[in-house]
Amino acid sequence: MRVIFVAAVVGLTIFFGAYIGSHNMGVFNPKGIIALAEMNLIITTTLLMLIVVIPVFVLLAVFVWRYRASNTKAKYTPDWHSNRALEIIWWTIPIIIISIIAGITWTSSHELDPYKPIVSNVPPITIQVVALDWKWLFIYPEQNIATVNFVQFPKDTPVNFKITADAPMNSFWIPQLAGQIYAMAGMDTKLHIVSNEEGEYAGVSANYSGFGFSGMKFIAKATSKEEFDKWVKEVRQSPNALSLDEYNKLAKKSRNNEVAYYSSVAEKLYTMIIMKYMTPEMDM
Amino acid sequence: MLGNLTFSAIPTDPITIGGGALMILSIATIVGLLTYFKKWKWLWTEWLTSVDHKKIGVMYIILAFVMILRGFSDAIMMRLQQVLSVGDSTGFLPPEHYDQIFTAHGVIMIFFVAMPLMFGLFNLVVPLQIGARDVAYPFLNSMSLWLTVAGAVLVNLSLVVGEFAATGWLAYPPLSGIVYSPGVGVDYYIWALQIAGVGSLISGINFFVTILMMRCPGMTLMRMPVFVWTAFSSVALVIIIFPILTATLGMLSLDRLLGMHFFTSDFGGNAMMYVNLIWAWGHPEVYVLVLPAFGIFSEVVSAFSQKKLFGYTTMIWATVAITFFSFLVWAHHFFTMGAGANVNAFFGIMTMIIAIPTGVKVFNWLFTMFRGRIIFASPMLWTIGFIFTFTIGGMTGVLLSVPVADFQLHNSLFLIAHFHNTIIGGVVFGYFAGITYWFPKIFGFKLNERLGKAAFWHWIVGFFVAFVPLYILGLMGMTRRLSHIDAGTGWEPLLYVSMAGVAIIGIGVVLQILQFIISIRDRKKNLDVTGDPWNGRTLEWSTSSPPPFYNFAIIPTVHGRHPFWDMKHGVGVPQEKPSYEDIHMPRNTAMGLYIACAGFLLGFSLIWHIWWLAAMGIFGIVALVIIRSFDYDTDYYVPAAKVAKIEKARTK
Repeated sequence: MRVIFVAAVVGLTIFFGAYIGSHNMGVFNPKGIIALAEMNLIITTTLLMLIVVIPVFVLLAVFVWRYRASNTKAKYTPDWHSNRALEIIWWTIPIIIISIIAGITWTSSHELDPYKPIVSNVPPITIQVVALDWKWLFIYPEQNIATVNFVQFPKDTPVNFKITADAPMNSFWIPQLAGQIYAMAGMDTKLHIVSNEEGEYAGVSANYSGFGFSGMKFIAKATSKEEFDKWVKEVRQSPNALSLDEYNKLAKKSRNNEVAYYSSVAEKLYTMIIMKYMTPEMDM
Repeated sequence: MLGNLTFSAIPTDPITIGGGALMILSIATIVGLLTYFKKWKWLWTEWLTSVDHKKIGVMYIILAFVMILRGFSDAIMMRLQQVLSVGDSTGFLPPEHYDQIFTAHGVIMIFFVAMPLMFGLFNLVVPLQIGARDVAYPFLNSMSLWLTVAGAVLVNLSLVVGEFAATGWLAYPPLSGIVYSPGVGVDYYIWALQIAGVGSLISGINFFVTILMMRCPGMTLMRMPVFVWTAFSSVALVIIIFPILTATLGMLSLDRLLGMHFFTSDFGGNAMMYVNLIWAWGHPEVYVLVLPAFGIFSEVVSAFSQKKLFGYTTMIWATVAITFFSFLVWAHHFFTMGAGANVNAFFGIMTMIIAIPTGVKVFNWLFTMFRGRIIFASPMLWTIGFIFTFTIGGMTGVLLSVPVADFQLHNSLFLIAHFHNTIIGGVVFGYFAGITYWFPKIFGFKLNERLGKAAFWHWIVGFFVAFVPLYILGLMGMTRRLSHIDAGTGWEPLLYVSMAGVAIIGIGVVLQILQFIISIRDRKKNLDVTGDPWNGRTLEWSTSSPPPFYNFAIIPTVHGRHPFWDMKHGVGVPQEKPSYEDIHMPRNTAMGLYIACAGFLLGFSLIWHIWWLAAMGIFGIVALVIIRSFDYDTDYYVPAAKVAKIEKARTK
């Protein structure tokens, strides 16, 4: 029985190791400075905690083995129940470690605040994101184009996402580029990211929003500036324009939508989507 | 006449029909058996109308075990769907059904498994540990039980009449609002929780008062057993947080029923307020559940290390600290809402502070084992398994409390793995340890150890096989609540491993069921004739197993933290020739059951908009409460002579 148990543990460990080595590890395979910093923070925090956790495991194993009832050679002190010095030690050590993590928490929360613009020599690009039932609409106000379930931007260029929803709450997440932020009706949340490598990255909604939720996925593609400009031109050739009528059609419930391009966008569409929840008499 | 209720409310898909048929069949079997053996009267007088805290405790735990089977079936279906629904295949559950299942899984496991197990254990143990004959309000205790049952019945009824919520277990608006969820599912959710929630609140008040007012002479606060302290902290939290839940769900139902706009997206409603309120209840709730488990581990680790608990005072202060801080952490459930760096950092730091007292507790448990003589009985195995598992869960918890890390981990399977790590490793292991530990006290015989240990090993191995893959999948970017997985993600192998883990846990559950059956069959072999099967220290072991209905013929007087240990060693021993006095006891009543029935009718009619029935439900509750308040025959005295006779027969 014990042999099977050990074999299973070893087998599973090898399997997990091989699996991790051969698959895209998302959060642990960052392609931009924000996701990289977030990964490093996860690793640092974990290592700090291991300072307490490993001794706990060692003590647990040693005590359980050494003080088993059948081992009558071990010391037995049935009435010993307090020791000031020991207790001070194990109040102090967690306090020190948590203080360090708290310090890291405070600084990282401010430095990596998703609302904070990324400092760069390259001028940023703004993309407005609308979570709909059940697809993602991306509006490029500067280029006056829009896409569904696909977003492209130049690499090394800060991207300022402005995010809202015309649907239940969703969460906008591209694990390889940055952590998520909620998309909420009537709200305008922000996420600043940058991709430092060209490539296609999986984007998802992380917050359950109804029956079509599983299909609420998009591709985030980072390319060179030239390729991006070429792509914008291509989108402008699209026969579809995102007028208000077209938007209202798009906003209706639909599942597993294909990628779609719109050559132009109704003026101030993003603001109107937010404002319709502020001024209820407004009809789009 | 029947509001929105029509025949179309009966589901027609084969899985639901199968589940429903199984449920109806089980009920029919039980009814048949009761009729065949002519046990209806016995059931009514001995159990359903009982106000004896021990019987109420047993009924709570039976409810929890019935519901865990349903919650666990949901888990199996979820795992199965995720391995079957990849690429072109859509699995065996459409999203409309799958989404109800994960909602029901969460709701059932927290409200109708964990909470009843907890109140069940409070009922079984707390009065005995403080040397009391019952709880402070025996009638309310019975009513709380039946209100919880009424809520559970509503949840199960949604399987065969209508539908359940498909919103996730906390039913965030606007998704749970009338616009996005026009069906009765959310209404079932609201009223099941409202009715059960009232039961929890009243039960919380009951134990708060019981612990404060009913302790036997000499039992000062700092002499209470650790389990009583953790129960006390837990019910203090219940009293503060359950009104928040009631108010929040109340506002949600006003939105749905009367078209108000507390939480809608438009007309000034604010869904984020709901998220804040529900977590102001929801986060302390997890401490409501886990603190008593900490108390159980403290009792068990001391008993089976055959040693005093290390650092009693520290344990108490750590418990109080956790209780206090649990109110200051709710916003860590939505760092991703965009509240800003200062708010996020504050709630993150408050959250990780809780790791300090929790860590101290872990060290105290470890040093209780240090220089002990550890007996590896199954309650002790659960405890050792807990220390290992929960420490990992605590570590991932601190990780999630760092806001910037949370941006990458939130809502992913990493989060799911984390909270199952703490809830299974902490709450479930703890309550199983507690049930095994106190089972002989309540029933007079021990549970089968061989099966108990086998169940433990399946649970802990199954847990890691099921949830380590979810940690990895979360880091890969797989989110929770997916009913379908795209081709090319490469997630399938890990999902299969996780499925295998659930199967191993499933074997553990089967072993536990077998454990009960075989233990009952072999009860003569495992009789506990001493009342003290584990060489205990606290008062519950000083009376017989099972205890007489009045618990203690003579109320004990306590001189320290280990009153029964002291008695066994010659301190505070009861007098040789006891002089009995009349014992004051509460009379059984069916009123709690009636009120819960009226509550059930009220809930059901509000779900289906059957207004005349709702009016009758409200009228029924008010009338029953008034009738009960004019009932002066609620208690009686057991004459001293009768006590003497019972005691003589009992101690023969």
